[in-house]
Amino acid sequence: MSTYRSTFISARKRRQRSILRTFFRACWRYRALLLMLLPGAAVFIVNCYLPMAGVFLAFKKIDYAVGLLRSPWVGLENFEFLFATTDAWRITRNTICYNLLFIFCDVFFAVGVAVLMREIWQPLCSKVYQTLIILPNFLSMVVVAYLVYGFLHPDYGFLNSIRETLGLERVNWYNELAYWPFILPLVHWWKQLGYKSVVYLASIAGIDKELYEAAVIDGAGKWQQAIYITVPQLTPTMVIMFLLALGNIFRADFGLFYQVPMNSAMLYEVTDVIDTYVYRALTTLNNVGMSSAASFYQSVVGAVTVVAANLVVRKIDPAQALF
Amino acid sequence: MRSAAKRIHPNLANRVPLWTEILLHLFFALFSIACLAPLLLLIAVSLTPETVLLQDGYQFFPREYTLEAYAFLFEKPEMVLNAYGVTLFVVVVGTLSCLLVTVLYAYPLSRTDFPFRNFFATFIVITMLFNGGLTATYIINVRVLHLRNTIWALILPGVSSAFYIMIARTFFRISIPLSVLESARIDGAGEWRVLFQIVLPLSLPMLATIGLFATFAFWNDWFRSLLYVDKKELYALQYVMMRALLNLQYLQQNMSNMSAEEAMLELAKLPSETLRMAMAVVSIGPIVLAYPFFQRFFISGLTVGAVKG
Repeated sequence: MSTYRSTFISARKRRQRSILRTFFRACWRYRALLLMLLPGAAVFIVNCYLPMAGVFLAFKKIDYAVGLLRSPWVGLENFEFLFATTDAWRITRNTICYNLLFIFCDVFFAVGVAVLMREIWQPLCSKVYQTLIILPNFLSMVVVAYLVYGFLHPDYGFLNSIRETLGLERVNWYNELAYWPFILPLVHWWKQLGYKSVVYLASIAGIDKELYEAAVIDGAGKWQQAIYITVPQLTPTMVIMFLLALGNIFRADFGLFYQVPMNSAMLYEVTDVIDTYVYRALTTLNNVGMSSAASFYQSVVGAVTVVAANLVVRKIDPAQALF
Repeated sequence: MRSAAKRIHPNLANRVPLWTEILLHLFFALFSIACLAPLLLLIAVSLTPETVLLQDGYQFFPREYTLEAYAFLFEKPEMVLNAYGVTLFVVVVGTLSCLLVTVLYAYPLSRTDFPFRNFFATFIVITMLFNGGLTATYIINVRVLHLRNTIWALILPGVSSAFYIMIARTFFRISIPLSVLESARIDGAGEWRVLFQIVLPLSLPMLATIGLFATFAFWNDWFRSLLYVDKKELYALQYVMMRALLNLQYLQQNMSNMSAEEAMLELAKLPSETLRMAMAVVSIGPIVLAYPFFQRFFISGLTVGAVKG
């Protein structure tokens, strides 16, 4: 019995030792490649993994005087503060509503524009249009805020000038809640729609031409070609874009919601999203506990939505799941 | 060619009817104008005399044109020049380090014989899906790494991009033939030499695309300045613009470079509304002018590599 056990253990040890040996041998063999990975790995640890470990600060009462690690644990106190305010509901509602609107309409509009763009046969025209419609994507949100301000400036803005010539009252846009649920999506699409369409156009260019030729011989019109060839061929790209966007549903475009309304406090009811709230709690309100609680809430719920969205896609079509 | 095809079979050319084509052109012309018009308004305002502006408001075609706002801007150019300096430094150093990190990380991942590639790929894909959020990132950068009020706070967070690495990896895998790598190794080239003397020279289109994406990202960044910088010498261009938009006095105080009381006296003379727009034009100018020349790289870059692969 004892001999049996000892031979068994030594066999296992031997196997472990040989696994270790192949591991180290592989490490030595590929030492140059491992060395190449080193700077990247270090940067990702600093930029991404340290903050991920830092989410647990949300369960602490942070006191910089005693240091981050020695600050006392307070359990869910920060969360109780956050959810006791009406802010939690407001920022969640705004974030999700705007993002849902963006996610669904972006795909629909972008594919639509790409399908239309494909029918422009003059290469020069197509190129000029593409150049111009993706231009807004390369402007910073600060510049976009300037451009919006040019139209909405309460005294000199272009829109108010027009309203005046038409004999209408001036509108103080930066104080009026009602307009912003329309202005913000408009700005979002102005900035991103062209670029997203061109991304889809690039995918359309990769579709096998013979599919269309065959369809034409079978008598398919433009509409049928779009529905039965272009859209099904684009589906993998659409699914990936959709998944990534859905995973980020708890993450808003900070620039859009902070810069474009010029951080106007009158508008928070319809412009305040989780990201802007976290930023304000952190800097202007100086409430690190609340900020880290909101930030934790965003990260964790965001992580759950990514995994859930991926699970659903995997159920429907495993080949298109992200992981 | 179109008419020839039409004569044989009206539909074989697979083009839309003429009137639809005209409608399409109309649609895209309007779309393009809508994308360009706000920029034109900005330029028009910067060229309007302040007095005309106060009467008419912002107009696409002002009654008079003047360069007075630009003259003011270049009379005391220190603030804008300093901001340009900061931005250029961040763009150059940031883009180069981003490219280096990306290429060095992507090349091993692209090697199918490298046994740890799945582990290291997962390592960065995780960062695309999950993150620690703003507060934790801020606390780590400020309290642990002490990046506050250093130029590195504007650079380091932008250096790591899982997205660029995936693009580069896919490009290497698709467009560098394995036989080239093997023959180089048989000739005795080490891994580093293979990467820098064989792989990278073959990857210039991809490098150009990623480099341009990174350049624009660093150029357009104001968020890191907003979070980590409150020393005037470290203000990047976008941040100066942002401050000027949110607070008109900020621009006036910094332009006139004098005490608050003196500045108040000077205020009336400054064409503040147009000055602000002129500064925006000066900051947007180079990148918008350079943009049409680079644009083809963006479009070709889109097809270079898919995220999944």
